[in-house]
Amino acid sequence: MYNAFFNLLKRDLRLAFRHKSEILNPLFFFVIVVTLFPLGVSPEKQVLAEIGPGIIWVAALLASMLSLDSLFRSDFEDGTLELMLLSEYPLPILILAKIVAHWLITGFPIIIFSPLLGTVMFLSNEAIETLMITLLLGTPILSLIGAIGMALVVALKRGGMLLSLLVLPLYIPVLIFSSNAVGSSMAGLSISGQLYFLAAFLIFCLTLAPIATSAALRVSLE
Amino acid sequence: MMKAIMKFIYQFASPKHFYRLSGKIIPWFAWLAAILLIAGSIDGLFIAPVDYQQGDSYRIIFIHVPAAWMSMFIYMVMAISGAIALIWKIKLADVIASSSAPIGAAFTFLALVTGSIWGKPMWGAWWVWDARLTSELILLFLYLGYMALESAIEDPRAAARACAILAIVGVINIPIIHYSVEWWNTLHQGATVTKLDKPSIHISMLIPLLLMALGFKLYYGAVVLMRARNKVLVTEQNNRWVKEIIG
Repeated sequence: MYNAFFNLLKRDLRLAFRHKSEILNPLFFFVIVVTLFPLGVSPEKQVLAEIGPGIIWVAALLASMLSLDSLFRSDFEDGTLELMLLSEYPLPILILAKIVAHWLITGFPIIIFSPLLGTVMFLSNEAIETLMITLLLGTPILSLIGAIGMALVVALKRGGMLLSLLVLPLYIPVLIFSSNAVGSSMAGLSISGQLYFLAAFLIFCLTLAPIATSAALRVSLE
Repeated sequence: MMKAIMKFIYQFASPKHFYRLSGKIIPWFAWLAAILLIAGSIDGLFIAPVDYQQGDSYRIIFIHVPAAWMSMFIYMVMAISGAIALIWKIKLADVIASSSAPIGAAFTFLALVTGSIWGKPMWGAWWVWDARLTSELILLFLYLGYMALESAIEDPRAAARACAILAIVGVINIPIIHYSVEWWNTLHQGATVTKLDKPSIHISMLIPLLLMALGFKLYYGAVVLMRARNKVLVTEQNNRWVKEIIG
């Protein structure tokens, strides 16, 4: 079972590294969206520091959502997904491997790049540190919840718009606690409550989301 | 014993039986709902005393609060009947869930509109990012997502199963979303919102509220059964008993 998990993880990572755009596009999207705000709102330091945490988090959330398509789409089209459903291994484990791979491909680069964007948005050093921690706890949640939505729409031709309708409302708690944690640490307040919530929510999603995703996939591939 | 119960339920849930039985129930629900809604409106609008803080404008709660209750209640109904449909493969539960969605969305919308109308004299603005209004807005998004997913999948049976999963995921998330919005709200608004602390409601105001709430529930029961009957007729249109009814 562990072998199946790690083999699938390796396969997905290898596939992603052969199509580098899968890794780079969400990252570019993330950077561009954040760049739009100083242009659209105001380049002043006070304004940006005020809205920065929220903007960076909204951008991360959209980037993660738009990259969900790569999670199941190609495997669905060439029939790999169907074979996974038929395999002897428990489906939630295989799906978890795919989600972890997806997070490593799309979520992890965002975390690496976030200090840069934090600096551009005039966040303090502590706030940037918090931003990275919240992204580390939060982006896996986005991938896990997003996988449920993606599994529901994978068989549809134009699922993109629909996916955002299904998934974005469920992302709200992550957005609230994460951007608030970053804002609070700017103000020098304690952030342990928010981080505990994110960690608890992560564990909760880690336990249940793969099961819900496999149920949804079985419906989609019927 | 269990077998006998299941057999009874399956029999009861057979489309033909459901069609006949619901036909008998609907008039009861509809008439009772009409009586309760009229009585509740008269009591709420004319008889209940004027509130000492909010004047007459508080009277919109007799619509707003029951509508908000219904919006959550109907989502629960959808999730539970979705679970029933997934576990026991009872098709009728799917029908109930999908017939409920537009009604629930309508109640949610009604709660939002009445909330914002009430907010105008209270807060001086049509919209305030109040915790309850915001949660209600997110609930509306959940309903819209559910309906969008349902209409996007062509095969009705696959659509029903996908929607059942979505409703269950949603219902698990609703309390999490609700409490995080509430937490967010207390941090951001705090003193600026003139939210009156919960006064214990007087009995003369509670009676019309409960009348209206019960009336809304029965109205929902009548409408959901009507919609479900239509759906049953469409899906079973090739069966003999339907052809006999349609003639």
